[in-house]
Amino acid sequence: MTEDTTNPIREAIKGAISENPVLLFMKGTPEAPGCGFSARVAAILESLDQPFAAVDVLPDPRIRQELSALSNWPTIPQLFIEGELVGGCDIVSEMYQSGELQQALGVDGSTGEAAGEPEAEAAQSAPLSIENRL
Amino acid sequence: MSTTPQELKERIEAGIPGARAEVTGDGRHFNAVVSSPAFRGISKIAQHRLVYDVFGTDVGERIHALSIQTMPSEEP
Repeated sequence: MTEDTTNPIREAIKGAISENPVLLFMKGTPEAPGCGFSARVAAILESLDQPFAAVDVLPDPRIRQELSALSNWPTIPQLFIEGELVGGCDIVSEMYQSGELQQALGVDGSTGEAAGEPEAEAAQSAPLSIENRL
Repeated sequence: MSTTPQELKERIEAGIPGARAEVTGDGRHFNAVVSSPAFRGISKIAQHRLVYDVFGTDVGERIHALSIQTMPSEEP
């Protein structure tokens, strides 16, 4: 209860995780990634035509601190699907190779013919507001 | 104070029961391939957390980046 009031960044992160079916915390943006590992995960999601929301952790070091404390995962990027941490670059790459990622996302992955979930696109801009609240 | 692949290998093998690790790296970016019976029956996330837990806050600080591959192994 006290945490809710004393830790707005953590609450904003929690909110973003629960509101966005596919959410990537990364360094930089999908268009201009700030690190090779973040770039790779963003590129994998884009190659699957998977709509996803992205949060740039670079503007404020507290975003990364709070995220890692919350997820018990020390590194960036971090991919969340349906509110669950799926992993960082290594696990996501491995799951992409094996087809598990496509399964977890519910996409075909063979072409761009994903069983599209257009409502996910609406979430695109939401988590970026974390940045604006700081 | 720089970090060596050998140091990481020793810390992983000391920190995770029955672990065998192959670590390569340039002092900042490392790649670790780890097998251990401790990975059996737990998720990939949990397997990687076991490895990260060995290093605590060193990951992201002294160890700039640590790429991990894990595989469950039989009991030694």
